[in-house]
Amino acid sequence: MYDFSALYEATSVSHAVQLMQEHPDAVLIAGGSDVLIKLREGKLAGAELISIYKLDELREVTIDPDGALRIGPMTSFSHATKSPVLQQYMPVLGEAADTAGGPQLRNVGTVGGNICNGVTSADTASTEVAYDAVLEITGANGVRKLSIHDFYKGPGKVALEKGELLTAILIPKESYENCYGYYIKYAMRNAMDIATIGCSVNVVLSADKQTIQRARIAYGVAGPVPMRARTAEAALAGQPVGEGAIEIVGREVLNDVNPRTSWRASADFRKQIISETARRGLRAAIERAGGVF
Amino acid sequence: MVVGKSVKRVDAIDKVTGRARYTDDLADKSALIVKICHSTIAHGMVKSIDTSAAENIPGVVKVITCFDVPNRPFPTAGHPWSTDPHHQDVADRMLLNRHVRYYGDEVAVVIGEDEVAAEQGVRALKVEYDELPFVLDVQEAMQDGAPQLHEEFKNNILDHTGYEVGNYEEAIQEPGLVKIEGWYNTPIVQHCHIENHICFAEEQFGKIVIVSSTQIPHIVRRICGQALGLPWGKVRLIKPYIGGGFGNKQDALYEPLCGYCCQQVGGRLVKLDVSREETFVSNRVRHAIRYHIITYARPDGRFVARRLEAFSNQGAYASHGHGVNAKGAGAFKQIYVDDKATKVDAYTVYTNLPAAGAMRAYGIPQVSFAIESSVEDAAKALGIDSLKLRQMNMMPVGYTDSFSKNVNYFDSLNQCIAKGKAYIDYERKHEEYAKQTGPIRRGVGMAIFWYNTAVWPIALEASSCRMVMNQDGSVQLEIGETEIGQGADTAFAQMVADTVGVPFDKVHVLTTQDTDVTPFGTGAYASRQTYVAGFAIHNIGTQLKNKVLKYAEYMTGKPAETLDMAEGVVFEKETQEQLMTIDELATSALYSLDQAEQFSAEGTTQIKTNAYSFGCGFVEVEVDIPMCKVKLLKMINVHDCGRLINPQLAEAQVHGGMSMAIGYGMGEQLLFDPKTGKPLNNNLLDYKLCTMMDHPDLKAEFVENFEPTSPFGTKALGEPPTCPGAPAIRNAILNATGVSVNQTPVTPHILFERFKEEGLL
Repeated sequence: MYDFSALYEATSVSHAVQLMQEHPDAVLIAGGSDVLIKLREGKLAGAELISIYKLDELREVTIDPDGALRIGPMTSFSHATKSPVLQQYMPVLGEAADTAGGPQLRNVGTVGGNICNGVTSADTASTEVAYDAVLEITGANGVRKLSIHDFYKGPGKVALEKGELLTAILIPKESYENCYGYYIKYAMRNAMDIATIGCSVNVVLSADKQTIQRARIAYGVAGPVPMRARTAEAALAGQPVGEGAIEIVGREVLNDVNPRTSWRASADFRKQIISETARRGLRAAIERAGGVF
Repeated sequence: MVVGKSVKRVDAIDKVTGRARYTDDLADKSALIVKICHSTIAHGMVKSIDTSAAENIPGVVKVITCFDVPNRPFPTAGHPWSTDPHHQDVADRMLLNRHVRYYGDEVAVVIGEDEVAAEQGVRALKVEYDELPFVLDVQEAMQDGAPQLHEEFKNNILDHTGYEVGNYEEAIQEPGLVKIEGWYNTPIVQHCHIENHICFAEEQFGKIVIVSSTQIPHIVRRICGQALGLPWGKVRLIKPYIGGGFGNKQDALYEPLCGYCCQQVGGRLVKLDVSREETFVSNRVRHAIRYHIITYARPDGRFVARRLEAFSNQGAYASHGHGVNAKGAGAFKQIYVDDKATKVDAYTVYTNLPAAGAMRAYGIPQVSFAIESSVEDAAKALGIDSLKLRQMNMMPVGYTDSFSKNVNYFDSLNQCIAKGKAYIDYERKHEEYAKQTGPIRRGVGMAIFWYNTAVWPIALEASSCRMVMNQDGSVQLEIGETEIGQGADTAFAQMVADTVGVPFDKVHVLTTQDTDVTPFGTGAYASRQTYVAGFAIHNIGTQLKNKVLKYAEYMTGKPAETLDMAEGVVFEKETQEQLMTIDELATSALYSLDQAEQFSAEGTTQIKTNAYSFGCGFVEVEVDIPMCKVKLLKMINVHDCGRLINPQLAEAQVHGGMSMAIGYGMGEQLLFDPKTGKPLNNNLLDYKLCTMMDHPDLKAEFVENFEPTSPFGTKALGEPPTCPGAPAIRNAILNATGVSVNQTPVTPHILFERFKEEGLL
């Protein structure tokens, strides 16, 4: 039995926006894998809910005319993994989605919910941060676009205003074109776990596969919100493919991160894993891009 | 004959189709719902509870606080009652507590029309406390001046026992001995059975009828009687199928409180269903025990003298208390036998943590981790192969325990070791792996153990059993030993079939124990179900069969002693001539106009023996040093649990125990905030119970030495599979990296610290 006072079901995006205006204190529920847990814990006891679960229009992964990948935020983790578009252009996102929770969670949890809840450990968030995703947000005043880097405001806080709804995650063409990514989830278990560190690395190599043209690295749980390792990225740009690049990334990422000590893990331990996952993630991404060590 | 065959579980179809009914399935939907208000401090006195807001919530029926309950302390441990007051369990529990002793203690309940109302009511209670200092560490709690939990137990010491074999101080004077010393820590873990504890109660026929997810219905009836101040016969306790227990439900958990709530609402049906979060903290946990082991060995490896100190963290209430630590301490002198002396001191100490009780293998997983780690460390210090060191010092064939009279009849340990090491290719790999360098390394490790099957002569071992035959020759079995998911009903049915001489499918085990109906038995604990029930089934089944044969004599004129029955056919022993089927005989007997008779037999069987069960575990691991991760590659347990009653069920039992051992060795521990005593990870996300993806293929093998004391040749297998895994994993990591870790679970966090200390990172 869940303690909520009302459930409004949106039939379209505009209806959802209207419901949010009519019920300003209501909580938006998509897959429910976070909201229902909070209800059960009593944290949202008595809340009004607006369900967007039936908005199939937000469930597709397509390609925009400008080449950007348009990921509907209601796409479940398992559909993200199986999406032919993502498998062709950005398989790392589906792979990252496939590390979340267990099969049941991946069937209900959504990629949009994964970032809208604002948690640093979200398995798909670091990859979207690493691909400079752009978020399409719809509200009463229409549609606005926001870089994912400006979306995270702090733990559990994102730049959604009252009455606003995430309606697409866009991956610009320059982010995924010729780009190969790799995600490492470091957790205490091999399934049904939350990341101790999530590391998403992607690279664009030169045509001869000898040089790193561009590398992007993003982390979950290395700071209060998903974050980029820009010092390390800068240090890698132009580096030849080889062990030297691995040494550089393992060293330089530590200048970018700010993990904290909690009962879940010490900062020193996290730094060890941050460095090691960068090394392994970069190696795997380069190998996927055709680079040879 | 079906004993020894992998027949299908008698409950398989009902369980896989969802027909099997568990406690919650049986509760009428009209039940009022009880929710508990738990303390939010680790130690203190409840000053006041403002219930007014809660009482005003629509749907809240009643609020009961710690100020309302009777002052009638009761024990909770699922031990058989002792009529000797000196051997009775410590009665330190109240239904609700003014003096709260851990974060999560029960201070009040709200009874509501539904779950939402009851939960809203709990959130609306305003509890004020006078806080007291608290202590979480077992040895700190023993210090003078430490916060005192129960005033009658000075320095929080619930109990201390010790023994000395030979003269330790003299023995260690022998010249040339090598001293090896270590401290070993084990964690607080929880059973994590699938079905959380749940019970419901209502008054009927002048009694309180309580249906509960318990392992021990007859014992819980007694405890409810004590807690509620009722004659024990005024409590009727019913146990349906349960979703596991592993010892947590070998305790009275919330049955007394549920019964009390029922009384307070005029006998109406009330249901108390606890959440997983509550289960972790406010049921029972496994004792965290800290060990100090000193070994004095000759350079050739022979142990001359060993010393064990064991500090067991009891948590806030006695529950099973010192018995758990004492069992491990007793095992110390038997698994390895010192040439001259063994000295042991074991303490069980109250702290402001969840109460520790029984958990699968009752102290032996803890002490096995310490002993088997210390032996591996000793081997390293002595420069001797650790397997040879074990074989040189372990319990010899013919060893007899002076207390239990258990005998090591066979060379079980060596036989088990032989199978385990062959599967892992242990000796070759152990030597090869010790020389590795590089970031990814492999290792092999092992551990041995012995385990007591039942509890004789510490406590009563008696089993009551009733068999009744139907018109078609089929038989109902009612017995006090309980099915808790382990497959007991199936093993019992197999033993009944062979003893009585009827086909397996003619045996109906009445799985639901109802204390008003089922003969008295103390339930599922130790690893005693198959062993103890075996005596009762053999005894009562033989009586039933003799009645049938006597009737055959009446029907055929042939003397009963010349007849026998097998597979449902009565035959003449000498000629093997088949005389009739049991169907024919039973139908004739029940409807005879001349001598109508329903065959039945019942009675209590005394079991005054016990049996050593033996085994070992081997593992192979791969250690990723920069990632501080361990991957299990291979794992095998080998057991001598006597003759296997049902090989497939035995294998499943071993797999489950190995899985628990993986968690114990690598992931599971309940954590508490040292500043507040608050539990940090009392949920299945943050408590790292391992998943299927964390398991290697599990291999179970057996050595089947027929146990001479048992009519079916069987002995313990329920708990033993959990014993060797954790130390075997720890020893494999030592083999791979040269790094010893003296605490379990060996998590990446601990490996990171240890690898740094040892210069690997």
